[in-house]
Amino acid sequence: MNVVIMGCSRVGAQLATMMDAEGHKVTIVDVDSFSFRKLPPTFNGTAIVGSGLDEEALKKAGIESANVFVAVTQGDNRNVMACQIAKHIYKVPKVVCRIYDPIREEMYRNLGLITVSPTKVVAKLLRDQI
Amino acid sequence: MYIIIVGGGEVGYHLAKVLLNDGHEVLILEQDASRSERLTDELGSIVVRGDGCEAATLQTCGSARADMLVAVTDDDARNLVACQVAKHRFNVPRTIARVTNPNNENIFKMLGVDVTVCSTQLILAHIEQELPSHPIIPLLKLRSGGLELIEAKIPHGSKVIGKKLRTFSLPKGSAVLLIISKDKGPQIPTPDTVVAAEDEVIAITQAENEEAIRVMLGSK
Repeated sequence: MNVVIMGCSRVGAQLATMMDAEGHKVTIVDVDSFSFRKLPPTFNGTAIVGSGLDEEALKKAGIESANVFVAVTQGDNRNVMACQIAKHIYKVPKVVCRIYDPIREEMYRNLGLITVSPTKVVAKLLRDQI
Repeated sequence: MYIIIVGGGEVGYHLAKVLLNDGHEVLILEQDASRSERLTDELGSIVVRGDGCEAATLQTCGSARADMLVAVTDDDARNLVACQVAKHRFNVPRTIARVTNPNNENIFKMLGVDVTVCSTQLILAHIEQELPSHPIIPLLKLRSGGLELIEAKIPHGSKVIGKKLRTFSLPKGSAVLLIISKDKGPQIPTPDTVVAAEDEVIAITQAENEEAIRVMLGSK
């Protein structure tokens, strides 16, 4: 699969590494090249400096032939906007969005995005440990 | 009307003043503590400190009865989300977003924002108007049909100088509405109107035809 990941946060880097190891073609995009230090030396994918809200950066990242787009920057709004661009403009078949705010998460799920709210997931995991 | 403004920067502040003056009920949402305090000092208790993208904040502001939400922060993504939350969660009938990156205007419209205002585009158009070398200036985008009102100045050496309007190869769906000539002033053109150098032409066209018109008006 061709996978484009926006945001080389800890989660982004981890996901990129995982999918790369599974043999997928991974491209990761981040506005700050310094974030790419989180990728291991064994990473075979592509790292591109740019914003996932910028059409040129997205095209460079191969959005037009992507099977999956994942947005995991720190900003809910940026993630939501990038995912909607990927879904509605570039028709990426599978678009996954991290949204911290549970209310916004629910709303965008209803609008057709695949969403994950770490706030809900982590709270639940913590609760199960107590 | 009850109007919610997201973002209490310069644009939000001046917009609020105008709307209050017109007798509307206005509420400003501003995240920054000191900025929202200053706004309260100036405008009274119409400022709520909070994030206009958060449904919880919009709920406490009575968004469900708002007639309009205007998002004017300097962050395009934030403006988009504020409008979408207002629309989808609170059924606000009309949403307006400020857009900084001109490329985002289409995306916003596709995603349900009713009106977009691109400050960058407006500033560019105004500056371009002052540049002698730039023959075509977009004046106004019409809301429907992708039509645009443009102004073009006939450059010296243009191949259309001395020719009648009927001989112009205008792109399909375009029309010349007005010709402002140096000597004769504004005139409604007929097919027999002859164009001279430095005439200003006001025309309507599809936005994507700008380049074709530029080529048509270009030098021999």
